[in-house]
Amino acid sequence: MRIDCKHVWEHISAYIDGEVAAGLRAEIDRHLETCEICSAVLDSTRNVVILVADERVFELPAGFSERLHARIERELELTG
Amino acid sequence: MHAPTSEFESECLRRILAGERHLFHELFRPCERAVYFLLLSLLKNEADAEDAAQETAIKVFRNLHLYRGESQFRTWVLSIARNEGLGRLRKNASRREESLDASADEQTGDFTPAILTSWREVPTEELERKELAELLRRAVDGLPEIYRNVVLLRDIEEMDGKETAAALGITEGAVKVRLHRARALLQRALAPTMKAFAPKPKGLFGRRA
Repeated sequence: MRIDCKHVWEHISAYIDGEVAAGLRAEIDRHLETCEICSAVLDSTRNVVILVADERVFELPAGFSERLHARIERELELTG
Repeated sequence: MHAPTSEFESECLRRILAGERHLFHELFRPCERAVYFLLLSLLKNEADAEDAAQETAIKVFRNLHLYRGESQFRTWVLSIARNEGLGRLRKNASRREESLDASADEQTGDFTPAILTSWREVPTEELERKELAELLRRAVDGLPEIYRNVVLLRDIEEMDGKETAAALGITEGAVKVRLHRARALLQRALAPTMKAFAPKPKGLFGRRA
């Protein structure tokens, strides 16, 4: 049975995470070999996942850690 | 962002409870990014998220003797952070709390991906320019809350499905469904614009050399 594009899209996220069963994975791979659209959807989704995870995208506010640990230090002294 | 080994954690915990309280700084440090972004996702305000993160640290410290080691330490910390965040949302009557329960997964929506032709390059060097990072942040901020939480923990903090489920109080199945939808929404929102950031093909006629 050949799977269609919509079926592939349903599994894109699990596919990226390596969480689809071997049989289905092989079917998706076969589909990707010939379907330019699904290949691009897979690539772009994977790229978005990689980019969003980059530490330069979501940065802690400047001085966050210093302020947090100063607060923790006050607590440690208070109850010490 | 990886959780410290449980050996490091249990050693720290043992020594802190035995009186070496200053070690709490080291125990909490690996959790602080995830705590902040989980709270930012809930409270949608940097100052509130920072304040709630500090409060979370203090609550974790005061309740350290209650941690039983049944979950990863960071998971336990995140559930305290989540309770802190939800408590603040409830107190703030002017804010309408978005539904955080599993039934929201039944909502329908268009999760069809944006169709585009090949885009294989990851333009990470473009992140040096503020525009792309800003674009990505806005796309994540624009996700419905239940999807944003999952993306923040799974893809940005790189927590596994089990830990994410425990921190958010949902099932692992719900984490998978939400992550899939969140990524589909991000791809839809970002792929058409982001293609412009991809490096230019190097060869003749658009083919790479």
